[in-house]
Amino acid sequence: MKLDTLKELNAERAARRPVIIVTDTASGDQRLVKAKDIAADPLRAELSKQLRMGKSGNVEVGGKKLFLNVYAPTAKLVIIGAVHISQALAPLARSLDYDVTVVDPRTAFASPERFPDVPLVAEWPDVALPPLNVDHYTAFVAVTHDPKIDDPALLHAFDRDCFYIGALGSRKTHAKRCERLRAQGAKDSDIARIRAPIGLDIGAVSPSEIAVSIMAEITAQLRLPPKEKEEAA
Amino acid sequence: MLNRDEDILQAAETWQKQGHGVALATVVETWGSAPRPAGSSLVINDDGTFLGSVSGGCVEGAVVTEALDVISSGQPKMLEFGVADETAWNVGLSCGGTIRVFVEKVG
Repeated sequence: MKLDTLKELNAERAARRPVIIVTDTASGDQRLVKAKDIAADPLRAELSKQLRMGKSGNVEVGGKKLFLNVYAPTAKLVIIGAVHISQALAPLARSLDYDVTVVDPRTAFASPERFPDVPLVAEWPDVALPPLNVDHYTAFVAVTHDPKIDDPALLHAFDRDCFYIGALGSRKTHAKRCERLRAQGAKDSDIARIRAPIGLDIGAVSPSEIAVSIMAEITAQLRLPPKEKEEAA
Repeated sequence: MLNRDEDILQAAETWQKQGHGVALATVVETWGSAPRPAGSSLVINDDGTFLGSVSGGCVEGAVVTEALDVISSGQPKMLEFGVADETAWNVGLSCGGTIRVFVEKVG
């Protein structure tokens, strides 16, 4: 690997931008493809598939065997609300390799006793969220049921283009939420991105089951190609 | 999106800047039950110091030896390890899998 390639790779990784290194394993020829350049790349189909799966692998193109090494950032999960569902969701998400942070200004909820081993921020979203560097590789879940906490957090998630945005609440609650967000200047296209009622419909009842349905929906959003995603929704 | 190889590529860059010869070994293919997935890597410098893992400890010694060759020759190499390998008793994979490891010089 050329030193320039390594430097570029490290810079992209530090910025949490995905990169794929394409290596001809016979000749050693190598090139770096940034996520934003995949759409224009001759190998776009193969590259986008590997990136979506977050998996490195081999392809054969024009008689050449190429190794596609995927460097995707670790996905983050930000949970707004240190509630009962979050107590089940946080450890489940960690077992799926997400970097999890729980935010709730209500210190009675955001207590280390209720959330052992999970980073907790007992602050309002306007203080808690900016240092978390919420980005596209972040799944964002708002489950407090309290508009004073959930709404500003959701606006932040829109702003940072999170790959998944979900909010707890019935269809009726969600309709009211949409009105409030619109009144605060949110775009319809952003509001439409909120998955609510949250989670895949698997008939979940207990907090743990709801956590499974949420993680299943997040996984689908992360891994399925765009067309199948629509069908799953 | 597994959290992997977080520091070792940075270490490779740092070693290189310090004037070390550096090689990068990457698992490019696995068959059967292999301990580390494709994309796992090991960085090696000309002191024989290494970071990371391509097999969870089974074949790292052999990879480091080959990597020192690659550092001096500059020519990349493809290595294969598995139980079918005649050196299996020495450096084979106890798990019964097979892996191919691409070793290249950095710089």
